[in-house]
Parts: sequence; C-alpha cells; structure tokens
Amino acid sequence: MREKKVQSGYNFAFLDEQSKKEIRRRMLKAVAIPGYQVPFASRELPIARGWGTGGLQLTMSLIGPEDILKVIDQGSDDVVNAVNIRKLLVLTTGVRTTEDTREATLIQTRHRIPEEPLEDWQILVFQVPYPEPLRRVEPSEVKTREMHAEADYSRLWVYLYEDIVRWGEITIGAQYPVMVNGRYVMDPSPIPRWDVPRLNMAETLYLFGAGREKRIYAVPPHTRVEPLQFTDYPFRVEDFRCKQCALCGSVDTYLDEIIDDTTGARRYICSDTAYCAKRRRLKEEAGENA
Amino acid sequence: MPNEEPLLKVRGLTRIFGSGCSKCTICTGPMAGTNICSQCRSIVACADVSFDLYAGEILGVVGESGSGKSTLVQCLYFDIPATAGEACFKPYKDGKVNMLACSAQEKRYIRHHLMGMVYQNPHLGLKLDFTAGGNIAEKLLTAGIYHVGQIRRRAAELLLRTEVPLERMDHLPRFFSGGMQQRVQIAKALANNPPLVFLDEVTTGLDVSVQARVLDLIKKLQRELGLTMIVISHDLGVIRLLTNRTLVMKTGRVVETGLTDQILEDPQHPYTQLLVSSML
Ligand SMILES: Nc1ncnc2c1ncn2[C@@H]1O[C@H](COP(=O)(O)OP(=O)(O)OP(=O)(O)O)[C@@H](O)[C@H]1O
Ligand SMILES: [Mg+2]
Ligand SMILES: [Zn+2]
Repeated sequence: MREKKVQSGYNFAFLDEQSKKEIRRRMLKAVAIPGYQVPFASRELPIARGWGTGGLQLTMSLIGPEDILKVIDQGSDDVVNAVNIRKLLVLTTGVRTTEDTREATLIQTRHRIPEEPLEDWQILVFQVPYPEPLRRVEPSEVKTREMHAEADYSRLWVYLYEDIVRWGEITIGAQYPVMVNGRYVMDPSPIPRWDVPRLNMAETLYLFGAGREKRIYAVPPHTRVEPLQFTDYPFRVEDFRCKQCALCGSVDTYLDEIIDDTTGARRYICSDTAYCAKRRRLKEEAGENA
Repeated sequence: MPNEEPLLKVRGLTRIFGSGCSKCTICTGPMAGTNICSQCRSIVACADVSFDLYAGEILGVVGESGSGKSTLVQCLYFDIPATAGEACFKPYKDGKVNMLACSAQEKRYIRHHLMGMVYQNPHLGLKLDFTAGGNIAEKLLTAGIYHVGQIRRRAAELLLRTEVPLERMDHLPRFFSGGMQQRVQIAKALANNPPLVFLDEVTTGLDVSVQARVLDLIKKLQRELGLTMIVISHDLGVIRLLTNRTLVMKTGRVVETGLTDQILEDPQHPYTQLLVSSML
C-alpha cells in the first residue's frame, strides 16, 4: 500500500485504530440487520456534536488512502459545514477529494442524496440528527426500543392517519419514515421525499451515523425500503412540475426555492450544486461543438 | 355444554406480585383470609383459577375489591405476565398451545386480532390525545388495514353501533363524558370483530342513568353480534343483567362457579351468600 503523507501528530483519519475497529464492528452489525439502530460509543472530535460527528466517525472508520472523497451539505460542496468536515478529513488522511459524484468512492452527506446514480463501489454516509422515527409519537427511549423489538408501529400509523384526517395529506416533508426490509421502521435522516425512493433496492451501501444520539444504522444494497403510506393516500415526492432550474434548465432534479431579497421574485435552482455545474459545463461544451 | 370444545380453556392461572415462595399459595386464600403471603409478603393476586368459556357465552367474574378479578383478565389479555398456569384459546392455533407461554410478538397478534378489552378507566383503553376515530384506527392498522377510507367507514360503523354521534369521530376523547368514553372504548374493542371481549367494570364510576344506558348497549351488541365476553363487576346487578355463568372470587381464588341465575337463587359458599344477601 502506498503511504500517503499525513499531517504529523494525527493518526490516519484522526481516530485511533481501536476506535475505528469498534465502529466498523458496529457498522457490520447495522448492515446485518437493515434499519436497526445499533448503539455505539461516540468519540470526541474536534467538531461540535450536532455538526455531523456521527457521519464523520463512520467516514473516518471507513476511509483508506486510495479513497476519493466527496462531502456535501444539503446538496452543496461549498457550505461551511461540508468545507470544515472535508478539511479535517484531508488534513488527517491526505486523500484526494472531488465534487463529482461519479468519481467519489466515499461520500459524506447531510440531508441529500446526490442526483447522479450511485453504484456498488461507492458508499454514502449520512449525518443524522435524530435517529429515532418513533420519537414523534413516543418520548421514552425504553418504550421506542420495545416498539421496534415487537415491530409495533401502530402509533406511528395512527399519527399518519390523523395527519391525513386533519390536513388531507401526510404533512411530513423531510425525515419521512420508511419500512426497511419489511421489518424496521427507520428515519432516513432529513432528506427530502424526493430522495426516499432512491433508498429502495439501491446499488450502493447507505450508512447512517448519529453522533449526539450514538446510533448507527444501515441500508445495504438491494434492500427493500418503503415509505409508510396508505393505499388510498400513496406516498408522493415533491412536485416540481412546471418548474426548472434557473441555472442549468433541469426539470428532473430536486430544486431549492430562492426568493430574491429585493424584487421578491421566486427562482428555482438545483439543490445538488455540483451536478448543476456539471450540466452547465456539458451544455456549454455541446454548444461549442455545434 | 356438551361435546363442544371451549373457546377458552384456563387452567391453574396464578399471578403473584413479589418474589414469591413455596408457601405462597398455602398461606393465602379464603381460609387464610388474606392474599398476602405471611412468609414472603408477596401478594397472591390470583391463584389456581380454572374455567372453560364457550363461544357465545358471557362469563361473569364477581368479588370484592382486591379479590383478583382485574389481574385475571389482565393476564389473559397479556397486560401482565402470569406467574403460572395455562390458557388455550381456540382461535389461536386451534387451542392446541398455551398462549400464556408464546412470544411477545404472538401475544401482540392475539391481543390485537383476536381480543378486545374495555377497562374501567378509559385512560387505560384509549389514547386520549388521539381522536376517537384514531383510537379505532389503531386497532385496524395493527390488523393490517392501510386504507384511510376503509378505516373511516369501519370507524363510523362502529361509532354508530355504540351510539356515539358521528361528528365526534375526529374529536379527542379527552373532552368526552365518561359514558361517551366507554362507548368509544367499546367501539375500539370491537373493531376487528374479536372472538373474545373483556369488560372490566365498564360501568363503575358512571352515573346511574348513564350506567343503565351503557349496560343496555352491551346487551344489544351481545344480541346483534353474538359476542363472547368475560364481564367483571363487583356489582351483582350487572352480573345478573349480562351474564350466563359466574365465577365468584375471594382473596385471589374462585370460591364458587355456576349458572348465574342458580348462584343468585341458591348461593352455596358463605361468601357468595353474603354477597347475594347484601344485594337484596
Ligand atoms: N401491580 C401490582 N403490584 C402489587 N400488587 C398488585 C398489583 N396489581 C394488583 N395488585 C394486588 O393484587 C390484588 C388483586 O388486585 P385486582 O386489581 O386484581 O383486584 P380486583 O378484584 O380487580 O379489585 P377491584 O374491584 O378493586 O378492581 C390486590 O390485593 C392488589 O392490591
Ligand atoms: Mg379491578
Ligand atoms: Zn441546475
């Protein structure tokens, strides 16, 4: 193995080997029981808890010198949170980084799945603020664990039923509860509904890390992931019909609404900024070649 | 009832609160006059309770406060684990296995698909922060009905049957009268057409006029739906009105059992005699 130069004073990927081994063991367990929340001993990191320390520890335990790393926050590579995490990882590993989803072997993300299809040689690590999908209906940790153990999800279902009775639809946007492998209800982290179908029967391994709550869970490749839905009120993703990205013209990506401070005008642009830029580049090239 | 297998067969059902010791059952019961074991201070809430219940029958359980009536049905409804004993329930694996010994998941299945329970205290049977319809929906959802329209149709049907105004369907039972809360509880208990329903002091604590109306409702439902029920009451009037057969309990034991009318006319056990004479 080619040794990469690493800033002296740090172990490779910051965590000590013992901690990494322990976290890998937990990840293996999570992969073995899709959707089940595995407790782990969260380590102290030079980043405040609640800023992605869960996902970061998974990334640190997985990353090798050959990896090509991508870090995004809500779809963007340039936001402070993503930049800080990337800096720390580069400083302690010396790995190459990329903004191109199709090139990255390891992607750490907060609140989005990149638009471009992911493949079996890639791993997506989610930063999770609240891992417990039943917290909405049950404050006690002891009780929610019992409910998972017995696959007793009736109260969450009643919550969804009453949401429909009150509002005519299920009002949950991000963090839409999903049933994994027909057994465990899971919080997919605050990704938009748009991304939920992409968890189902995917090629890629999805790993979820919650630092503050000390939980790891996983959706291995080719696993059934179904949003909770009623036969007569089927799950729907966000509706962007008649809208397109103001920058790249895309009509098939998840769009962020931007309101102009001065004019108040609404615009929509791709939430996945790297993909948006790539599309614009390709368009320009196509234009030049024409 | 000849040649027919019982719907529910209970043998030696025992529930002890506390560590328990080998002397527990000897040191307690009607003869000892207490349900507290003198050796280990455990409470023998009910012990060695056996009976058969046939489909379509309504079994009464009567006895003074603390005699173990609620403990008995709570064990059968899996609210609390039994310490010892067996219960075979025909709708579950054709009554061939002891349901008290099956897994938590199986118990949940039996409880939600095959049984209904109405508690004296509506707080126990209803989630007061779910709507009335939501409470009924919970039972239906647990039974795998994931269609809002279907759930609402069934909930409306049940509320109609239990005489709850339909416009209350989407209101919180927290703000209902005691009688109305009991009607919603009954609607919920009947949601999946369970072969067995437990009623634990459903009318205790209600005004006398409200009590009479709820009892009428239960009688009507029994006639219309042919329910099989275990009805608990310390009130022999309720037992006489609703039940075919009765268990009389005292300090955790069954002291007398028989047809309700016979027990009321010709009580055998001194305790039953006392109960009956105090009713007159
Ligand atoms: N959780 C518990 N811990 C300890 N003792 C209990 C518990 N639950 C019930 N008991 C005791 O078990 C005995 C039987 O109680 P149970 O509630 O079954 O009586 P009951 O016949 O339903 O009385 P009531 O008519 O007052 O409802 C009582 O002595 C009671 O104090
Ligand atoms: Mg009681
Ligand atoms: Zn775009």
